[in-house]
Amino acid sequence: MNKNQSIKDLVCKLILDIAPEADMQNLDPNEELREELDLDSMDFMNLLDSIAKQTAVNIPESDYSKVNSLQALTDYIASRS
Amino acid sequence: MKTLTMPSFGADMAMGSIVKWNVKPGDQVAKGDIIASIETMKGLIDMEVFDNGTIVALIADEGDEVEVGRPIAELQLSNEEYSDNKSEETLLREGSPNVAVNSSSSINKIPVSDASAGQTVTNKTSLETTDSLNKNVHVQITQQPKISPAARTKAIRLGIDWRLLPKGTGPDGALLLDDINIAKKTLAKPGSGHVKDPSEAMREAIAATVSQSKRDIPHYYLQLDIVLDKALKWLSIHNADLDPNKRILITAVIFSAIARALNAFDAFNGFYRDGHYQPADSVHLGNAISLRQGGLMVAAIHDAQRLGLVDLMDKITDQVTRARKGGLRMSEMQDATVTVSNLGDRGTDSIQSIIFPPQVAIFGIGRPRVMPWVIDNKLSCATIVSISLAADHRVSDGHSGARLLNKINKLLQTPEKLI
Repeated sequence: MNKNQSIKDLVCKLILDIAPEADMQNLDPNEELREELDLDSMDFMNLLDSIAKQTAVNIPESDYSKVNSLQALTDYIASRS
Repeated sequence: MKTLTMPSFGADMAMGSIVKWNVKPGDQVAKGDIIASIETMKGLIDMEVFDNGTIVALIADEGDEVEVGRPIAELQLSNEEYSDNKSEETLLREGSPNVAVNSSSSINKIPVSDASAGQTVTNKTSLETTDSLNKNVHVQITQQPKISPAARTKAIRLGIDWRLLPKGTGPDGALLLDDINIAKKTLAKPGSGHVKDPSEAMREAIAATVSQSKRDIPHYYLQLDIVLDKALKWLSIHNADLDPNKRILITAVIFSAIARALNAFDAFNGFYRDGHYQPADSVHLGNAISLRQGGLMVAAIHDAQRLGLVDLMDKITDQVTRARKGGLRMSEMQDATVTVSNLGDRGTDSIQSIIFPPQVAIFGIGRPRVMPWVIDNKLSCATIVSISLAADHRVSDGHSGARLLNKINKLLQTPEKLI
């Protein structure tokens, strides 16, 4: 649980680096992340890049559909790090 | 002598503030040197100089907010003959798409006459550029107060120069939204009523440009639905084992196809001025980048038709990042010969755009979508992207526009050739 929370915190921080105005407080973790925060494909790629650098979890394109919410993304990283 | 003026970095820019001068009177400058950092509605932009010469005087001070086209510095050109010919020509640098708001800009084109001399200048420039960039970073860290993004947006909207405010109430003296509200009340004194709200000024500048475009340019519109499956399949294989920052987005593939197709269609890549059309020598593809604080910035990808996909993707990533965080160069803001408006994968199915004068064409890329499609007389599923073209009927006809879109389609069916 602790591990998941710290991963979620890290992901939130990395999102804020890319989209400083993102309202993380009111984000439903199960909603579609890119839609909710207005992240374009470039933002999303930058996010995956910083996740790969910080956690060594490299999310391939073929798994994009498995990481489309904050919760799913957190779980995906947790299960592989 | 040549007067340098506040440059325009887009039709919607009305004002700019000098954040930092990198030069002082008496300094020698070479073409390409970054002489100032300019804060605009769209972030920090590096201003380059387009001549070799000596700075005689700085007319605007650091912190000054100056209207586009107003003088900010005097430059003594090193080549006097050239100076005599060009000093009165305070028009646009050839190749600049900014018209309405920038008619008095004095950035001129440098004739490239001596290749070896040009080489020397280039080497020198790169050293000085690095140096001045370092200075910029230093200045930003030491002189600019901290400010929250919300406070910054508010300050810009209210036309308050937050860099001049005393420390705020946030951590490390950071300026917060309340500090800006207080500053607004303090600054709201009689006599300041003539100062235009920057967001209002930006809206007016956009209005002037698009109205001029719609009034003067007889647009015609074409659209083609293009099957992307081959390009997407090729990309998924290419990207499979790559780190995220090495992956190529479908946007880059489409941009590449457009740039390469344009190379053989002169009538869509160039400038129409004073009743005369001049095709451009190369395709400087303007990428319309949406900014988080609202508004658009068009950054030119120079010589896009010559770039392979990997280089093109690097360029797009780099420019989008700099557009959003500050640090685009003036030449990138002004050189576009044609524009692409890309709604991205969460936009709408298609977009019909307004030409950015003096350009003569603009492409609109809709959201790729999976649809039922007939291929080889069989109904199947395909990923379709609608690419639109708005073009200037004074320069080209629908027939050639259609050929151009079909050429783009053809290039997208052999993505491996674009690498």
